[in-house]
Parts: sequence; C-alpha cells; structure tokens
Amino acid sequence: MTDAMYIQLLDLACGAFLLTGVLVLWRRDLSAIVWLFALQGVALTAMVIVLGVRQDDLELILIGLGVGALRAALLPYLMRRALVASGEARETQPLVNVATSLLVAAVLAMLAYAVSQPLVRLSPTPATQAVPVALTVLLIGFFVLVTRRRALSQLVGFLLMDNAITATAFLTTSGVPLVVELGISLDVLLAVLVLQVLTTRMRAAFGGTDLDELRELHD
Amino acid sequence: MDSLLVIAPVAVPAAAACVYAVLGWNRVTAWLGTLSAAGLLSCAVALAAGDRRDALGGLLLSDALSAFMLLVIGAVALLAMAASPAYLAAELAAGHTGPRAMRRYGVLTQSFIAAMALAVLSSSLGLLWVAIEATTILTAFLVGHRRTRQATEAAWKYVVICSVGIALALLGIVMVHYAGTRAGIASLDWVVLAEHANRLDPGVMRIAVMLLVLGFGTKAGLAPMHAWLPDAHSQAPAPVSALMSGVLLSVAFYAILRVKVIADLALGAGFARVLLVVVALASLAVAALLLLGQRDYKRLLAYSSIEHMGLVALGAAIGNTLALVAVLLHILGHGLGKSVLFLSAGQLHQALGSSRIHAVRGLVARAPLLSGVFALGLLALLGLPPFSLFASELGIARAGFAAGLGWAIAAALVLMLVIVAAIGRQGRRMLLGGGPGEAIALPRSVAVPLVAGLAGCAVLGITLGPLHSLLQAAATIAGATP
Repeated sequence: MTDAMYIQLLDLACGAFLLTGVLVLWRRDLSAIVWLFALQGVALTAMVIVLGVRQDDLELILIGLGVGALRAALLPYLMRRALVASGEARETQPLVNVATSLLVAAVLAMLAYAVSQPLVRLSPTPATQAVPVALTVLLIGFFVLVTRRRALSQLVGFLLMDNAITATAFLTTSGVPLVVELGISLDVLLAVLVLQVLTTRMRAAFGGTDLDELRELHD
Repeated sequence: MDSLLVIAPVAVPAAAACVYAVLGWNRVTAWLGTLSAAGLLSCAVALAAGDRRDALGGLLLSDALSAFMLLVIGAVALLAMAASPAYLAAELAAGHTGPRAMRRYGVLTQSFIAAMALAVLSSSLGLLWVAIEATTILTAFLVGHRRTRQATEAAWKYVVICSVGIALALLGIVMVHYAGTRAGIASLDWVVLAEHANRLDPGVMRIAVMLLVLGFGTKAGLAPMHAWLPDAHSQAPAPVSALMSGVLLSVAFYAILRVKVIADLALGAGFARVLLVVVALASLAVAALLLLGQRDYKRLLAYSSIEHMGLVALGAAIGNTLALVAVLLHILGHGLGKSVLFLSAGQLHQALGSSRIHAVRGLVARAPLLSGVFALGLLALLGLPPFSLFASELGIARAGFAAGLGWAIAAALVLMLVIVAAIGRQGRRMLLGGGPGEAIALPRSVAVPLVAGLAGCAVLGITLGPLHSLLQAAATIAGATP
C-alpha cells in the first residue's frame, strides 16, 4: 500500500466513523440509531484492517475482524432484538433539540481537537493525527447519554463512547494487549446484556423505558 | 506452592460460586459462602506474613499492599457472608425472594468477592480494569435483587454511571499504554511502569492521570461522580451493601493509589495531589450537605461512605508515610464499621418494612442488642475512640498539617463537624424518642458478626499488633514520601 493510499483509506474510515456518530444526534428514530451504530462498527473495523494491512500484521487484521463481529454485528443484533421486544420506535422529545445538538457537536469537536494536542505531538503519524476524531465521538457519545431519555438511546451513547475508546487504542498503539482487549470486549458485551435485562424489568415495573420515570430515588 | 497461595483468593470464591450454581441456596450451602470467605481471609493472612509472590507468569502479584487489601476483603466478606443466611431466610419468609433469586445471590456474591480479589492481586493496569468492570456487572442484579421499581431504577443508574466512569479509566489506560509504547515499554505492569515512569511523556500522562482518577473515582464513590452510590447502596440487600460500601469502594480506591505511584514519578507529586484534594473536599461537602436533611437511614449510611472515601482521598493526597498508613487503617476500620452498620440496618429494615428514619422510634427499648450495635457503629464512624477510625483520622490530620496542607485539613474538619452533627441528630431520633413498640429480635447468627466487627474495629484502635509492619510496608509500596 502506498503512503497516499494508506492515508486516504485511513481518513475515509475515520470520516465515516465520525459521520455516523454525528448522525446519531440527528435521527430520533430508534431503529435508525441502531443502524448508524452498526455502520460505525463497520467503519471501526475498516480502520483497524487498514492499520493492519499497512503494518503487515496478520494478528491485527484478525483482531479487527473480531472487533467487527462484536460491534458491527452482535451488539446491533442484540439492540434490534430489544427494540422489537419493546415496541417503542421513537425517541420522545430529547432534552436538547436536533439543531442545538448538532451545534454542540461542533463545539465538542473543537474541544476534542484542543485536548488531544499533547497526544498528537508525542508522535505525529497519520494514525495519531486522527485521534481528535475518536475523542469527538467519545464526547458525542457522552452527550447522547445525558440528553436522551430512552433506555436504548442511552445504551447507544455508552457504546459510542466505547467505540471511541477502542478507536483511540488502535490509532495510538495498535490496540491494548490481547488479554486486555478480550476482557474489555467481554465486559462490554456483558454490560449490554445486563442493561437489556434491566430494560425488560423496567418495562415491567414502569410500563415503558422513558428514563424520566426514574425519579423515585432522590434526596 | 507459592503461586497456589496467590491464585487461591480468586479461585476459592470462584469455586464456591460454581457450587452455588449447581446446588442452589439451601440450608447446607447457605454456610458455604462464610466458609469461602474464611478461606480467603486465611490466604490473606498467609500472604501478608510472606514476601512478594507472583503467579500465572506474572499476571498475579501479591505484595504488602495487595495482601493488606485482601485482608480487608476477607474480613468484610466474612462478616457479610456470615449474616447472609439469616438475612435471606427472613427475606424468603416475607416473600421478597425465591429459590431462583437465592441461587443467583449465592453465585453473584461469590463471583463478586472473587473479582475484588482479582483486582487487588492483578499485576497490571489492564487486568485490574477488567476486574473492576466485572464487579459492576456482577453486582448489577444484586442491587436490583428485590425487582421493585426503586431497585430497578437504582440498578440502571448504577450500571450506566459506573460503566461510563470506568470507560473513562479505560481511556486513561489506553493513553498510559501509548505513552509507554513511545518510551519503549509496551507493558501495563505496575512495577515496569514505575521503573520507567520518568521516561513517560508528561503531556499525555497528565490527561491519562486525570481520566484514571475520574474513572476509578466514580467507582470509589468520590464526588462529582458519586450519584449512583446512595441509590445502589440503599437498594441492595444488606450484606451486599456491606460488601459494596465496606470494600468495593476501597478496592476502586486501591487502583487510584497504584496509579498515583506512577503519576508522582512521571509528573511530580503536585499533580495527583491537587486532583485528590479537590475530589476529597468535594466529596466531604456533598456528604455534609445531603446528610443534613436525610430522611432515610440506609441513604444516611451511603452518604457517610462518600464522606469516608473523601477522607481516604485526602490522606492519599498528603502522601507521606504517616498519612498512607492512616489511609490504609482507615480503609480497614471503615470496612468493618460500615458493614456492621449496613447489616444492622438490614435487620431494622426487615423488621420495620421501611428505611425511613421517622419510622424508627425508641429503638433502645425495643431492641437493646441491635440498638447497642447500631449506636456503637455510628460512634465508630463518627471517629470516636476507642475505634480505629479515631486513630486513622487523627493520623491523617497530623500528617496533613505536617505536609503543609493545613488549610485542606481545616476545611475537612469543618465539614466533618457538620456531618457529626447531622448523623448524631438522626441517630438520636432513631435510638431514643417515642414510646416503645414491638420488640425486634436479632438472630444469633447475625449478632455474632456484628459484635465481632465492632470488637475488631475497637481493638485496631488500641493496638495495631502484627499489622504494624504490614501497614508500613504497604505504605512504602503506595509511594510514601518520608
């Protein structure tokens, strides 16, 4: 792979990664949000495979495929199943409207760019220069988590953050050691399953997954 | 043989969890949890007596600091597990739980203890992270054990907030790994990172340390990420609250202690100190504010945990030998005292069916033993002698004035005064006042751990005995400055 092509492919994958994150803010249809999350998983997989091909590292390519299986297939599948079971299709009025959300995303991108300067400076390669993109998605994920009111969109917010952290790991150091990566994937999968069970219970107890209902415990 | 002793603290409760999965919770297996906790405690004693040992090709490592944390886990687990059979029997009699839920309780509590043991024994930042995240997943259903609306709400908030917090810690680890790789160390091992800490890039490490303190601080219940704690601790079954408050918070704080060693070497002592002083004072302030008007005795205990983790963070910020010895002693004393209180609060809750403070009146007349234990536990938490929290708080204060952090100690003392007044007033209302109602019986199998926990806390306040050298060694490992 030539240098120019490597940089182009990497930028393309990172661009898709960022775009899917931003679009989550735009859509209020829950099934579209799950689709976007799956697409982001594909972009993340592509990113890891491009890095793997560039470094001629078969192990990294295989890890990329594993990451893809989890984040582009298994997790979206689980969420789709939860969505069908719930019969809820739309996000209720989010706390922040769409136009404001997109503006906030722009501010978050600038913040991520400023914060990641020390990271880029340490080793300015094409890969680490894409770290601000990952951190932007992290902040967008956090924003989704605190402003959306459905259990499922909160879950997507958490998973966007998780995707972003995985992307940061691959962009900076070709990933954390394999044992840790396996542990992380397992933990994320289990967290999603736990939250799914809790959503079911929530529906049984509250008659819906609107998180505004969760206000029995307070001081 | 040596490596077996390091694996055992994780393997014993894990095996007990498997037995529960197969046999369920019944009259006989109910005591298996207590047995496994006793086994864990004896392994901890053996490890504390010996030198550094490792196992599984260096994946697990036991030094004085891990051995001390294992002692805390073992002691609190023993109290909580000994009180569990009577607690679950009463829940079953009241129709709050069934055989399936009890089997799950057995499996999850034992796996939870195993995960905590793994966290303090892991030699690398990565494995520690995995173990701490596992505790969140394992305890989620324990928090939601009763399946009521409140319990479900608490469990949801708990999983979401703690997973996000711990995700920030993961990002911090990714950055440490990045800084390490650029400096030629592709390892997340504590010892290796500390050896080469001066080569790590300070710009990246600053972000990493901030994320790690914030992330593990979430799990340790430190402000501003403490919001899950009062809900989760007040909804979980009493023995689980005892474990979560008594040790899980400190296990998460243990991670901060390990990170601080590397941070101090890479960035100088000032950086982590400022961060920790800020979160410590914020935690004390949050606890003081919310304790003032508290109407629920379980939440009262939960906020008191935030207070004590704040004190622990303050001690860690000071960072000299006296302060760190006091911090570790405080962790043990708080673990014992808080689990006694949560267990007795559980008995109260079962007897009264409410955790409202105004539902409790004239406890002294109705339940002399239970109210005696509860009152002494409150005194222990407020830091009165002879309990060990008096000694450790005094140690932290003395060390703080000596290290030039007198202003922070003074602010903490003012906030603690507010807390003492608030808890004292609520405690008096519960214990005295009102006419006597129905008598509340305390099962003997619960009374024994309660009295034992208080006695242990009092003995530690008078003499450290053989713990003295272990604490000194652990403080040195935690990066004590002279």
